[in-house]
Amino acid sequence: MHYVSPTYYLSGVTTPPGLHIPDGFLSLPIALLCWALAIGLLAVAVRQTQNTLGERQIPLMGVMAAFIFAAQMINFPVAGGTSGHLLGGALAAIVLGPWAGMLVMASVIVVQGLLFQDGGLLVMGANILNMGLLTVLIGYGLYRGVARQSQGVRLGMAGIAAWLSVMAGALATSLELWLSGTSALRVVVPAMLGVHAFIGIGEALITVAALAFIIQTRPDLLEAPDKARNGRGWVAAGLIVALVVVFLAPFASANPDGLERVAIDMGFIERGTDAPYQILPGYTIPLLGDTGLSTVLAGAAGVLAVAALTVITVRLLRRPAKSTPQ
Amino acid sequence: MHINALDRYQTGESLIHHLDPRVKVVVTVLFILSNVLLPDGAWLAFALAWGLILFISLLARLGLGYTFKRSFVALPFALAAVTVIFSLPGEPLVAWDIGPWHMVATDAGVVRFVSIVIRTWLSVQMAILLTATTRFPDLLHALHHLHVPQLLVAIISFMYRYLFVLTDEAMRLLRAREARSARLAEGGGSGSLAWRARVTGNMVGQLFLRSYERSDRVYNAMLARGYTGQFLTINPHVMRGLDWMIGVAAVIVLLLLQAIGRMALL
Repeated sequence: MHYVSPTYYLSGVTTPPGLHIPDGFLSLPIALLCWALAIGLLAVAVRQTQNTLGERQIPLMGVMAAFIFAAQMINFPVAGGTSGHLLGGALAAIVLGPWAGMLVMASVIVVQGLLFQDGGLLVMGANILNMGLLTVLIGYGLYRGVARQSQGVRLGMAGIAAWLSVMAGALATSLELWLSGTSALRVVVPAMLGVHAFIGIGEALITVAALAFIIQTRPDLLEAPDKARNGRGWVAAGLIVALVVVFLAPFASANPDGLERVAIDMGFIERGTDAPYQILPGYTIPLLGDTGLSTVLAGAAGVLAVAALTVITVRLLRRPAKSTPQ
Repeated sequence: MHINALDRYQTGESLIHHLDPRVKVVVTVLFILSNVLLPDGAWLAFALAWGLILFISLLARLGLGYTFKRSFVALPFALAAVTVIFSLPGEPLVAWDIGPWHMVATDAGVVRFVSIVIRTWLSVQMAILLTATTRFPDLLHALHHLHVPQLLVAIISFMYRYLFVLTDEAMRLLRAREARSARLAEGGGSGSLAWRARVTGNMVGQLFLRSYERSDRVYNAMLARGYTGQFLTINPHVMRGLDWMIGVAAVIVLLLLQAIGRMALL
């Protein structure tokens, strides 16, 4: 990005494309279901935050929400005119803790919707869930699981969590679109996940580098958050959401018919809304065949590849950072 | 960047500007709900809904083109719905063979796609009207009266206050990076991807620390001025008779829209 005009950041084009669902794209039942989930989690977050934090935290969380909004504009050129930038859920969760992170991310999405029309109002529950709550759950849960490990492991896990959080948001968005009858499952899932696999790498790189910078400059900020309380619950929650993403994403891309059958059986969609056209006939994973095992293996391989990539980049990022602070 | 960048139109004088923000928020959400509930292909009702938007724009003295010009924000997302053209069962219209794919566009699919895009486009315009005629602090008071938790409203108020400050801060960081990044005329020389990511991550970390430390100073300054965790307002926001009347009238109009939209299909 060479020059960013005020209209650029006033136009609301501040976040990775494709995740802010506008009004009209989700059916009413799906929109309401997402609202119910989002309100439920936010209600717990409000209660927890009011119990554990003083009024001192209100300005902190407000300024942090503004920080996430502003940080989403900081980008870097990747290749071919695309740029990497931040969604921020994982970063917010790691530096602020899970409940405050959820409130901060929800506030960001409310302001983007109300002020910039970036994301709809009736579907705001879905946007809060996809970008604000799932990302925080994964980000905090996975990071918390390695909180006592060495700094390299922590940063590596932060990168994986950041990548997975973007994938979780993309997967949730595409499933909601599909259940609403807006998109065809066999197209929307591979398309969304394919694009966001790359966007997620940008997210992971920036999150790791930002954390490394904060650890170097103000290590006290990352040591302080509540020590032993509720750690296991968060790790479990983060792992569960992460595993759902890891297993459901390849399953949904490779075997949309199976998922559709499940949805029809459970009464989520009517029979025949996603019908007789043929894109990718006989879809199989090359060399692996069309079994359930192959999709699971493919998912695991993908995660391993990302993990390896993250470890390598963490090494690359950390070594020079010691000699030349930016 | 000045806060006026967004508030230029919000200080206008009109019936719509002076309406209680609660009424505006509720009517906007009901309007969007009505769009979602209108069946596919209810063209007359869609047209009348747009007429309603134009009517409100005139009442608010914004001009007819105001919302239209700003309504393209959500357009890129329409891509997500394109597949529905080919996936709904119906009378085939056109068929393409692209490589191994055989794609048949159906009439029901096209109607669904166009309806989705229209619903979105109408909803965005109504949301634009709400933002253009209501000051954000008033909007937050409305949320408070509509029982959004006080903590969340307080966080959003702070966020709104510091949004522009931190956006400027981010702009300064971007400008500084631009200023120290020499570039060859034929491109290249911009460092490896990891290096670029590290610079960007450092900027985000820098912005985080500046924000964090600023929030400390903000809190201390507020304590010094007597902050007790509660927000006070001198604007009581009382619903007047006129507010009730307009709210009820809007609901009746929306119910009529639904009736028209459903009748046309019978």
